[in-house]
Amino acid sequence: MSPAPIAPGQAPFDPGTEAARATDAILRDTLHGAHRGVVVDSPPGAGKSTLVVRAALELAAAGRPLMVVAQTNAQVDDLVLRLAEKNPELPVGRLHSSDPDPYDKALDALPNVRKSAKAGDLAGLDVVVSTAAKWGHVKDVEPWRHAIVDEAYQMRSDALLAVAGLFERALFVGDPGQLDPFAIAEAEQWAGLAYDPSASAVTTLLAHNPGLPQHRLPVSWRLPASAAPLVSDAFYPFTPFRSGTSHADRALNFAVPSDGSGPDRVIDEAALSGWGLLELPARNTPRTDPEAVRAVALVVRRLLDRGGAATSERSPDPAPLTADRIAVGTAHRDQAAAVRGALSALGVVDVTVDTANRLQGREFDVTVVLHPLSGRPDATAFHLETGRLCVLASRHRHACIVVCRAGVDALLDDHPSTEPVQLGVTVKFPDGWEANHAILSRLAEHRVPWRP
Amino acid sequence: MSLIDNLARLDAATTGRAQPRATVRHRHLSERPLVFVPLITAGETGAPLGALIGTERTSPLLLTVAQPRDRDLRFAFLSRLAEILLPYVESYADDVEAAERTEADPETGKRVKVEVELCADAPQLIVPSRAGIEFVRLLGRSMRFRRTAEQDPDAPYPAPPRVPLLGRWLTHYGERSRVPGSSLLLAMTDLLSRHWATGQSSLEEQHLGALLAWIEAPEGTSGADAALRAELARDADGQLLCPPAGPATDPAFDNQLLAPAIERHDRARTALAAAADGVEADALLAALGAAEREIDALVASRTRPTWDAVWRGLDALCTLPEAPSAVDRWRGDRWSFTGHRDRVAAGEPPQPRVDDAVTAANKLATREREQARLDAQEALDDPLVMAGRRLAGEAFAGEVTDVVMAYSEGRSPRPRPLVTVRTPDRPQLDEGVKAYRSLAGKPQSFQFVAHAPDGGLVLRLLDKMGRGKEPEPGSVPEVGDRLCWTLFEHEQRGGPRLPDPEDTPWTHGGPPRTEPAATPVGERPDPVTPEDIL
Amino acid sequence: MPKAALAEALGSPSGFGQSQFAFMRGHAFEARVKADGGTELLRLTHACLGGGPEPEPGAASVPDLTAAGPAGRTARTELALEEASATGTWTLLDHPMLALDVAGTPAFLEPDAVVVAPDGTWTVVEIKSFPMIDGAADAAKVGAAARQAAVYVLALEEVARRLDPAPEVRHRALLVCPKDFSNLPTASAVDVRKQLAVTRRQLSRLTRVEDIAATLPPGTTFDVTRPAAELAAAVDAVPATYAPECLAACELAFHCRDRARAAGELTSLGRSLRADLGTLATIDEALAAARGEAGDADDPAVAALRRAGALRAEALAGGVRCP
Repeated sequence: MSPAPIAPGQAPFDPGTEAARATDAILRDTLHGAHRGVVVDSPPGAGKSTLVVRAALELAAAGRPLMVVAQTNAQVDDLVLRLAEKNPELPVGRLHSSDPDPYDKALDALPNVRKSAKAGDLAGLDVVVSTAAKWGHVKDVEPWRHAIVDEAYQMRSDALLAVAGLFERALFVGDPGQLDPFAIAEAEQWAGLAYDPSASAVTTLLAHNPGLPQHRLPVSWRLPASAAPLVSDAFYPFTPFRSGTSHADRALNFAVPSDGSGPDRVIDEAALSGWGLLELPARNTPRTDPEAVRAVALVVRRLLDRGGAATSERSPDPAPLTADRIAVGTAHRDQAAAVRGALSALGVVDVTVDTANRLQGREFDVTVVLHPLSGRPDATAFHLETGRLCVLASRHRHACIVVCRAGVDALLDDHPSTEPVQLGVTVKFPDGWEANHAILSRLAEHRVPWRP
Repeated sequence: MSLIDNLARLDAATTGRAQPRATVRHRHLSERPLVFVPLITAGETGAPLGALIGTERTSPLLLTVAQPRDRDLRFAFLSRLAEILLPYVESYADDVEAAERTEADPETGKRVKVEVELCADAPQLIVPSRAGIEFVRLLGRSMRFRRTAEQDPDAPYPAPPRVPLLGRWLTHYGERSRVPGSSLLLAMTDLLSRHWATGQSSLEEQHLGALLAWIEAPEGTSGADAALRAELARDADGQLLCPPAGPATDPAFDNQLLAPAIERHDRARTALAAAADGVEADALLAALGAAEREIDALVASRTRPTWDAVWRGLDALCTLPEAPSAVDRWRGDRWSFTGHRDRVAAGEPPQPRVDDAVTAANKLATREREQARLDAQEALDDPLVMAGRRLAGEAFAGEVTDVVMAYSEGRSPRPRPLVTVRTPDRPQLDEGVKAYRSLAGKPQSFQFVAHAPDGGLVLRLLDKMGRGKEPEPGSVPEVGDRLCWTLFEHEQRGGPRLPDPEDTPWTHGGPPRTEPAATPVGERPDPVTPEDIL
Repeated sequence: MPKAALAEALGSPSGFGQSQFAFMRGHAFEARVKADGGTELLRLTHACLGGGPEPEPGAASVPDLTAAGPAGRTARTELALEEASATGTWTLLDHPMLALDVAGTPAFLEPDAVVVAPDGTWTVVEIKSFPMIDGAADAAKVGAAARQAAVYVLALEEVARRLDPAPEVRHRALLVCPKDFSNLPTASAVDVRKQLAVTRRQLSRLTRVEDIAATLPPGTTFDVTRPAAELAAAVDAVPATYAPECLAACELAFHCRDRARAAGELTSLGRSLRADLGTLATIDEALAAARGEAGDADDPAVAALRRAGALRAEALAGGVRCP
């Protein structure tokens, strides 16, 4: 499903205006609305963090202290740094665990950020930020009138149950397309219940409070015009979004011409079209397929060696494509470890290599992805999970290069989707099997076959 | 399944005999378990056809329902089941020991220690397969909301006296079996496949006869062939030689043997009802008795092989020594049993149809904590399980090659010795990662510092060295020690404390509705119609 | 394709088959659901999905759909659907017949029922004999029912497209099951949009008749007749993709399992096991690699197998105990 065509007489879609309109509506509901909750769906790179910081600052400025719930310590530290950057005067509390090294040392340099393992020490500060896990242990405090729950789609319903008593009303922000939370024990008996503890916090919230205002950030500022329609169609078919930039706004150029090798050809294809598929010959392989791992490493090496420069709306001059602007994404930790090993053998350091779970929320110019189904003899629910593919395919500002063994389309055909269906569970879209096919058929248009 | 387990499977496939997946028994087995081998009627939800049950291997009790659609016969079955099961359960209720538990003080709300009773042992129920556990749950659900004539004189089809109580106990056992590592209700196929790998897939291991054939195969014989026979071989009449472990029956049995027998029974009953006089009735009664005995014999013939298989499975399991932590976990089962005993004694209503938000979240938290605990304990108890964790990079074993004394910085320096370990394993070590070894049964923490030039791992020892400036003797590894470290924690932290159900927040629908009616909807009996039963 | 008969002929009877108790109970339940001119079925449809004013007991029309041959029944069904959509009343189509074009071949499908509501929408009804207990049902069985319903929705949409205005075919099917431990019907609306997307793509990609047959609900008949010998040959021509999951789904699985076991295929021990071992495809290859007799030590699968073998041997010999 594509965004609706522009009707005659209607103003053309202006991303800046649309995004501002959405943000204004969200802030209006948050600050002045009658509802206890406001939900915001944010596709990849739509300015979720910016929204959270702005909402926190405006609530604080209106004299309404708030608590902020994020899911990981890294997210908490990042939020605190952003708040301090926007308003260095703002008194911010960082509630942390009593483990050693509980927070980013960079926070120590911020004079108005107070850190403590006890919520009582932070009472009265304008904004107090912590993880859901830590908030869950906070007892016997006066409830906050306001809260912001960040990455709410990655938070489990039972985690929200543990903290919801701490606030009266809240703004819930998150990306519904990313990886769902999961349980390591049997939870099937509660499937279909509104408060299924293993479901996402937003699912429970909306099931019990269907009248809450639901907003959507309509513009991705990260994904280029070449990627937004594909990611929107494949992963957000019922809540489409658009790119904030046009094809002309972004360009990726390389000073060193192609040497004709597979890696160079796929880099050129991706620089031109935004997508590249480096296809190795069909073969069943172990997860750490040495040829595919080496191909990934070679692509990264060549990206660095060829003197890349990224032109974008951010600055008039092209920015050099450096190691910190490149990431490699995999499905499994051992694959990430193998890629790191292959990269260091090629002398590459400082390139982020991680699994989809850990790349959530991050942004790079170019990503190189080892396809989750590459070389596999079967397609399990883990490898077909929509969120995993969505994370891997939506981290880039310029180009995404996928390395994969041939034959994944046939593999998918051999493992037709036979998902169980729980009565009463709201269907999450789209189907992983179908999304994989959709992405693959598009990638096939940018295929560079290569025999390493 | 780790690659180590898969390798065992490959070995089993080529040797034709099961291979060990464990060197110790990871589940507690009772001295006097109650074995329950039920059969159900196809197409009818939760309708029993019969069962073998008992604690005596050589003399199981046979229960049958000659016409599974007859409500009275079904109630008679459930009543007998209650007469057997409840005394067994209750025989464990009175033997108690004193124990401590932390509870919220009703007045101050503070957490205080209170002295309570803990049952010294608990009843253990063993069924043949996972489907048997599901059936225990189904029976529990179908019985616990029933009303006896005493509870409700107007109940249209009152249940026999102890049936609702049996339903509550079976529900409790079914629910407890969802907790990882629990042993109140166990399936024999799960027990066996936890401890042995066969040359078939885990799906096929759900067949108790086939699974046992692999495990019992004497040296020099093929368990694979025996398993295939157990799975598929049929006699001249098309009946399976090894009937399925149930509770479902083989369709060929239903169609060729059971259906004609039930029909004969029904005819005999109709004829008896229409008997003209006493003499005729006596003859017809004898005919009905014969028809009943025929069904008894059919049910016995399909359950007895499974009954024997369950006991042989127990024999096989008892060749393994019990894992040290299994007793620990059994204590949790005893708490669970004691808790339910107390709820029944306190006259609490049956478990509701559906958990409320807080109960569901608490149950999930318990299960996840117990899963992590089980994973850690099984590895610590069993080198074969630990080998799988080592292969996965979650643990490592090796020899201590160097120990250098070092101290923490600060005003009162604490001992923080640096230990170098040479290991062939490849743990997933990021900088600062913690590692734990077991020291006198307690975890001792280390932190990964760096790779040594010779390829060893340098670890900083963090705790369990006593209060002095010098570490207590024996608390620091010595050069030449061969030790094993895990990257996972040995003990589990408690999760956040959830609100009480009456404080359920607005995000989760607020407090559960308290209903003005005497009986909340969740506890009302199922509506009944003349045709449906149970 | 008569897979059960084929399996019997190939010497690997499947053990599939239905108990007459289940069969009779299933039929009795469906008859009960549709009794009295579909009164209860329509009440459930309205309660779950709306569609207009509440149906009055016995007032719905239940058109006669009998006709000669599948093509004739399909034509009769189409006519009945068109008429029902125009009347603005409740209509129950009992065992209609629908045609779906699959790779150029018409496949005939027979849903349990289709309901046309006064608002003109069409709803696929699936009547199953597994229970809904406290509102929950076996997820695998519901999943299978949803996939089946999606195929019927696609076929209905082809009919709807030919009408002007095209009626809406609901993307929520009605699943009717026995309630708790009774034989009273209860129902739940099942969202089949996912299954629709999957089925659409599958149908667009399928080329082999065997695959097509596997996608369609049981009871589907094809307009083509092929000699039995040709079919038997075709079975062995299909690439061996046996996995243990097949045992629960296909009458031919025991035949395929025999072949897979005889060839020592790793997949016969489970898909996940195969997935760990890369290019190694047989048990002998894997064990030889583990023992160091074959295989490239630089292949991560081979290296992992050898490490696993060494660790396992060490553990069985007493091992390094953690405490």
